[in-house]
Amino acid sequence: MNILWYLAVTVVCAPLLGAITVGLLNKKLSRSLAHWITCSLMLVCFGASSSILVGFLIGKFNTVDIDLYVWGNTSNLSIAVGFLLDRLSALMIAIVSFVSLVVHVYSIGYMHDDPGYQRFFCYISLFTFGMLMLVMANNFAQLFFGWEAVGLMSYLLIGFWYKKEAANFASLKAFLINRIGDMGFVLGIAAVLYYFNSLHFKTVFAQISTLVATNPMLAITNTVQWPAISFICICLFIGAMAKSAQIPLHVWLPDSMEGPTPISALIHAATMVTAGIFMVARMSPLYEYSETALTLMLIIGSLTCLFMAILAIVQTDIKRIIAYSTLSQLGYMVVALGASAYAAGIFHLVTHACFKALLFLGAGAAILAVHHDQNIFKMGNLHKYMPITAVTMLIGNLALLGFPGTSGFYSKDLIIASVRNSSLTFSTIAYYIILFTVLITTFYAARLMLVAFRTQERMAEDVREHLHEPRKVIWVPLIILAIPSLFLGMIMITSILNQFFGDAIFVLPAHDTVAMFKTQDFHGWFSMWLHGFVSLPFVCILMGMCLAWLCYEKYPALPGIIQNDAKLMTRILLAKFGFDDFNEKIIMPATRKLGNYCWQIGDVLCIDGIMVNGTANSVGRVAGVLKHAQTGYLYHYIFIIVAGLLALLVWTMFL
Amino acid sequence: MTAQLNILSLIIWTPVLAGLMFLLLARHVTLSNKLRYAPLLISLLSVAYITFAFYNFTLNTAQMQLQEHIMWMPTLGIEYALGVDGFAILLTALTIFMTLLVILAAFTHVKREQFLTYCASFLIMQGLMCGVFLATDAILFYVFFEAMMIPMFLIIGIWGAENRIYATFKFMLYTLFGSLFFLIALLYLHKVATSNGLIGTESFAIASFQNLTLDLATQKWLFWAILIAFAVKIPMWPVHTWLPDAHTEAPTGGSMILAAITLKIGGYGMLRFLLPIVPAGCAFFANTIIILSLVAIAYISLITLVQQDLKKLVAYSSIAHMGFVTLGLFVACKVITVNNGPQIAVTGIDGAVLQMLAHGFISGAMFLCVGILYVRMHTRAINQYGGVVNTMPLYASFLMLFALANVGMPGTIGFVGEFFVILATFKAGFWYALIASSSLVLGVAYTLWMYKRVVFGEVVNHAVTALSDLSINEKIACALLAAAVILFGVWPNPLLNVMRGSSQQLAMQLSK
Repeated sequence: MNILWYLAVTVVCAPLLGAITVGLLNKKLSRSLAHWITCSLMLVCFGASSSILVGFLIGKFNTVDIDLYVWGNTSNLSIAVGFLLDRLSALMIAIVSFVSLVVHVYSIGYMHDDPGYQRFFCYISLFTFGMLMLVMANNFAQLFFGWEAVGLMSYLLIGFWYKKEAANFASLKAFLINRIGDMGFVLGIAAVLYYFNSLHFKTVFAQISTLVATNPMLAITNTVQWPAISFICICLFIGAMAKSAQIPLHVWLPDSMEGPTPISALIHAATMVTAGIFMVARMSPLYEYSETALTLMLIIGSLTCLFMAILAIVQTDIKRIIAYSTLSQLGYMVVALGASAYAAGIFHLVTHACFKALLFLGAGAAILAVHHDQNIFKMGNLHKYMPITAVTMLIGNLALLGFPGTSGFYSKDLIIASVRNSSLTFSTIAYYIILFTVLITTFYAARLMLVAFRTQERMAEDVREHLHEPRKVIWVPLIILAIPSLFLGMIMITSILNQFFGDAIFVLPAHDTVAMFKTQDFHGWFSMWLHGFVSLPFVCILMGMCLAWLCYEKYPALPGIIQNDAKLMTRILLAKFGFDDFNEKIIMPATRKLGNYCWQIGDVLCIDGIMVNGTANSVGRVAGVLKHAQTGYLYHYIFIIVAGLLALLVWTMFL
Repeated sequence: MTAQLNILSLIIWTPVLAGLMFLLLARHVTLSNKLRYAPLLISLLSVAYITFAFYNFTLNTAQMQLQEHIMWMPTLGIEYALGVDGFAILLTALTIFMTLLVILAAFTHVKREQFLTYCASFLIMQGLMCGVFLATDAILFYVFFEAMMIPMFLIIGIWGAENRIYATFKFMLYTLFGSLFFLIALLYLHKVATSNGLIGTESFAIASFQNLTLDLATQKWLFWAILIAFAVKIPMWPVHTWLPDAHTEAPTGGSMILAAITLKIGGYGMLRFLLPIVPAGCAFFANTIIILSLVAIAYISLITLVQQDLKKLVAYSSIAHMGFVTLGLFVACKVITVNNGPQIAVTGIDGAVLQMLAHGFISGAMFLCVGILYVRMHTRAINQYGGVVNTMPLYASFLMLFALANVGMPGTIGFVGEFFVILATFKAGFWYALIASSSLVLGVAYTLWMYKRVVFGEVVNHAVTALSDLSINEKIACALLAAAVILFGVWPNPLLNVMRGSSQQLAMQLSK
């Protein structure tokens, strides 16, 4: 208990300390000192968090809920900053600090020539701090703090190259979309306080059964009433939709690729975007009682899964392809949550963190090699020049599409099986959608590999002359990530199915799709592997691979022919289904116009023009008329005096 | 309560007297050059006073503390009575802190020959505003309330920009219009108090006004009479249009004090007069005021979005933020009767007061930052800027922090008040909370869009290329503000502890 407390404090303080030191000293620190400070502190953080995880695994530690200090105390509501450490948060901090450490090291190479070197290390350490605070939170206020802190760091890091207009645009867009989600999130928190009179997870979860029993309704209008629990769950999920980039709040993630590649790996693939998944898993005691919210997650998740995978097919920018694949994989996780397979969702989150970070870092290595050109059609046959990168990228892609044996296979198959077991209304359709998506995933992953790393060389001559394997500090992280991408699945699957998360995740027996998989279909990791070769997803994989081989290896003219024949479809896909156009051509100008109307008509014309200056002017005008009475001629005044006297006289005599 | 040291009087009169003295001495050029650091010393002395007051302040009570009573007009029962409670001490501290920053910034922002007069005006202003917060006699409050307008009138009129005359007159007429009704209300309350047998000094004490029992019809008209005075000050929609003009035309220090302190006097007046004296009236009109506050939040945020003038943008965002203050207070009035109401009401009041303090720091910081650019470039137009980060990286970092606080980012003080108010508002109604939370999105839109246009990007013109980063006095001022913004963001509890007694008592007064 006591040692756990110290470890937890070390986990969050180490990256914070690194960020503060490097942030305050900034250019006063030499480059090497800046990365030494942050990387060694990240190593400390990773050491502490992995020992927490190991402690939980060997049963030395038990769930603890400790408050660090009281943040704010208002009436009977006390909000503290503290940690909830259980198997869920232990796994999360381990994976976050692991990927963060790898990305820190990789950045030494990738950011080598950047003028903002120190600032970069400050930001990623600060980001890690925020993410750790988020996953270790024991109450909603702190969860929101971490939630916003990672959003902020994402904003700062997308706009890291602040001279690039596109980067500034993308960063603001990301922040704005995330704040739309936060509106929902804050309302959800307010509703939690309203119904539970507390923001502390433990107190809230303890009262759920009473709330379910009374089932209070929240009046939206006089006639429409919603069950409170569904309202809370949906509001919180809106927050998750923005952070985990689900349709229609996904538009910021592809644009976020304007940031440096290590950031795309750390924030926009492995950690921050999974915060929504984590949050829903953490709130599983709430979500279990709202089938409305679960069904909504199934729908949103499966739509995101399919449509974002389709978009990946037409992208030519290597980072954007991987970004759309992230969106699609996040869709898988959300579908898993919708099917109450929280454990499967988190499992996929962990494996995805490894292989997606690998893919991004590998892409970064390729981008460096071809001098910052991100178009895959300007690459080609890279495996000849950079075999380590090519092989690790291949491993990453195999894990991504779920090739039997890789880590992605175990987590994705578990999700597909769980959704098949689910009895919610939409689950059958969702099952076929995510199954079909495997085919598309395979297609775009194979396309990426074939076009960029095989086939003919398309880069400029001077670029090709300098092609070589990147520096050691770049390829070592690739290998470090490739290992878990291959083996993590087989190591973890058995324990995930055997109640790995203990009491951290709550599932109603009727919803427990993961347990159904375990009892019906699971006979150990090895037989699951073998079974993987005869299952439906593998058929999809084979089909996808054949298609990609046909299109990009055998008949390279084929994609062009298809594009020419199906112009409308191509246009829709290139316009990304029109979400961006809708936002930029309708919502944004309309908001500005509304603002201008409010200002010019409301403030300037009505309030200032008519009411304020109007009053002043009419006073002036009346005075202008009255002043004519003051002629200055004595006889005028005498005349008025006499006339007045006469009038008075008449009045007193006759009335 | 015979305090050995009349600390509250010292807080009020030291800066006023010192300021008057500086005004007299300012004509002697050689002398005034020698006195360059004197205003700073007076300001630091005030900091020492307020620290001493905090040291002697007892927590968890709503009692007026460190009281002072001197008979002023015995025949009328008007007293020079001072005292401090949780709300007053925090706002007094804020006043002293902001004036210190104004004087610090003035070292490079004001011409050398005008420096002493400029600082003197702000010192006088500081003393009078502290008087508003510390007075416990209604007439004394009123006197300070009106007197404080004089230095501000002069500050805008003398050191303001091109259109300053229009702005000062608008500002003065608006506020005088409001306070007239307030005076009538005070006289009426005095009449009721005397007819209830309260004689002597009690007949004008704010505390005795708060204990009167008034019937609903009386409370209704008193509500509007009192509200108008403070609604103009805070300012509430639709009596807010003086603010963008006054802020835009005022010099940097003027805008800082206007935004950081004088707006708070509106909120403070509501805490002291409106809510405790006419609680039933407040509850009766709570829905109206909540809706006006929401209009201020949503409509003004939209207006803020399209501003092309840096100062106007910050000024409009002030109105939107002060909307949360009135929202929190009147949500407290509305929910007080429902189940669990008093507790939610305390959250609402705490949120409103925290929002006042937060806005004090943040708007002060934002106006300071705009001023820092203005003295270098002599323009407030956003389109004249771009790429400032390339030449002023330190400034850009500070402005980013303050902008984030303006957005209400958790971890900065801007978050706490907004968060509490939204939590409380949900109790008053789902739609209210939904509209209030729209500021989460709009706040980011107007603040960070402005930041993007001014700070990020390539350098747009030679004027920006020639910019020099913060001077030492600006660095100190920004660092002090940054420290406050972060410290109370990650640990607002000390503030909440100080105000707890007072906000609980106010909730009790509301429920009576």
